[in-house]
Amino acid sequence: MIKVEGLTKKYAGITAVQDLNFEVQKGEIVGFLGPNGAGKSTTMRILSCFLPATSGRASVAGFDVASQSREVRSRVGYMPENVALYPEMRVQEYLEYRAALKGVRGRRNRQRVNAVKELCNLRDVEQKLIGALSKGYRQRVGLADALLHDPDLLILDEPTIGLDPNQIRQVRQLIKDLGKRHTILLSTHILTEVEMTCTRVLIINKGRIAASDTPEALAGRVRTAGGIRAEIRADAADLQAALSSLPGVRKVEVTPLEDGWQGCLLRTDAGHDPRAAIAGLTAGRRWPLRELGQEQVSLERVFAEITQAGEI
Amino acid sequence: MLTFFTLLNREIRAYFLSPVAWIVLFFFLLLTGFNFYAGVAALNRGPSEVTVVEAFFNTVFFWFGFILVLPLITMRLFAEEYKMGTIEPLMTAPVRDSQVVLAKYLAAVFFFVVLWLPSLLYFAVFQQVTKVEAASAAGPYIGAYVMLLLIGMFYLAIGCLASAMTRNQIVAAVMSFSVITLLFFTGLLSFFVLSVTPALRELTAYFSALEHMSEASRGFFDSRPVVFYLSLTFFTLFLTFHVFQSRRWRS
Repeated sequence: MIKVEGLTKKYAGITAVQDLNFEVQKGEIVGFLGPNGAGKSTTMRILSCFLPATSGRASVAGFDVASQSREVRSRVGYMPENVALYPEMRVQEYLEYRAALKGVRGRRNRQRVNAVKELCNLRDVEQKLIGALSKGYRQRVGLADALLHDPDLLILDEPTIGLDPNQIRQVRQLIKDLGKRHTILLSTHILTEVEMTCTRVLIINKGRIAASDTPEALAGRVRTAGGIRAEIRADAADLQAALSSLPGVRKVEVTPLEDGWQGCLLRTDAGHDPRAAIAGLTAGRRWPLRELGQEQVSLERVFAEITQAGEI
Repeated sequence: MLTFFTLLNREIRAYFLSPVAWIVLFFFLLLTGFNFYAGVAALNRGPSEVTVVEAFFNTVFFWFGFILVLPLITMRLFAEEYKMGTIEPLMTAPVRDSQVVLAKYLAAVFFFVVLWLPSLLYFAVFQQVTKVEAASAAGPYIGAYVMLLLIGMFYLAIGCLASAMTRNQIVAAVMSFSVITLLFFTGLLSFFVLSVTPALRELTAYFSALEHMSEASRGFFDSRPVVFYLSLTFFTLFLTFHVFQSRRWRS
């Protein structure tokens, strides 16, 4: 659906995006992740034909964004980062106008406008002036706008920014539902959002793709660096030796706690989970065990490691 | 084509949905009303060969209002969209740049026409009340209003160009006001500068909106200003189109 080759964008001496290469297949929900200023919005603006690239090629559904821009634009639903709307129009009026502008006219115009109002919960405010809407509603009008022409590809630039927790939940659910019928590229720096909604993550840093994988796999890659925590009452040296001999364990740190308890921190290799083995070990040697758990590694961690230290 | 009308419709509505348009309309009517009164009052002072139509279109008040209101009509066209960011949804919809430029320009022309339409009423009322003809034939009316439209179209195109160049409406207004004023006074150059060569005088006469209007409101038809204003309007719109397109490469 999206094919990006060697995409570079320079603004007055600053390179926003450098030699970007990636592909998005039909039906995927791809999360575009990166710190502020990494080039997410720039890439999305190029894909939605708002900005031209300095060099490189990008195509959407087989159409080149530079030379077949209107073909691309009629197939892409784009929701910009700052949803800008005409404040003097009413919601209903605005949606009708936008649909007509995208070539949705006549009876289909009414159908589509009704459909997106339903999807984005805009029924209550359809007669309100956009200028009088709250930020959350404006975001939803922006999303509704992107959906009007039933596009093949949805490009959503930080769709949940500025929403309250309930609205965030609704929008995420909406994105998930939309993902059944549309290909979606969404950007965010909220990592839980990616974990919850996306089938694949692209991490972009300093204008380059730093990682591309499923959220689980990415988390898995770092979970190894995370590790296992346990608190066991035993002799420190014995414990060290016993734990180190378990398969998949790379490193064991034992720190003495009160009353002879030892706090253990285990680093493991990818794909190994020695928790069951530890439980078995302590039971076998009759060492009291009072805590055993996996260090929760969120994508947050993955993100920090990738964007600060490069590829892991 | 349908896209163009969708855009045009939205641009025209944008004028009338904002209070600014109504305020401009109100004060503009106040000004032209006063101008009409002043013209008739001047004619009342003694016998004159000037018709009411001619008097109306050749006073200082007329030109002052005419020139002042143009930048106010055009300043928001592009600058507002740049500033508010609505240019982004607009240009990511499948529309041509030329459609956007033309729709915005024609909406401005439409608003300009709406501003001037009520002035026709003055002449109608005048005739009703005084039983005196405001002009002896249709010529002066047609001439004056066609010239009004022609000069207006060119000056509105200048305003359109100025608005496409900046995201600040005030800057757009000041730019177009300055350029329009300069053009207007170029036509008056021969009045200011004594040592004008005939060639220069002939050249500046082309810019003389004052003279064009004076002749047209007497019912004279001259094809030169028609060609002059139409071609410059096209040229300015062409420039606007390119400035509008270039914003992508500048960003």
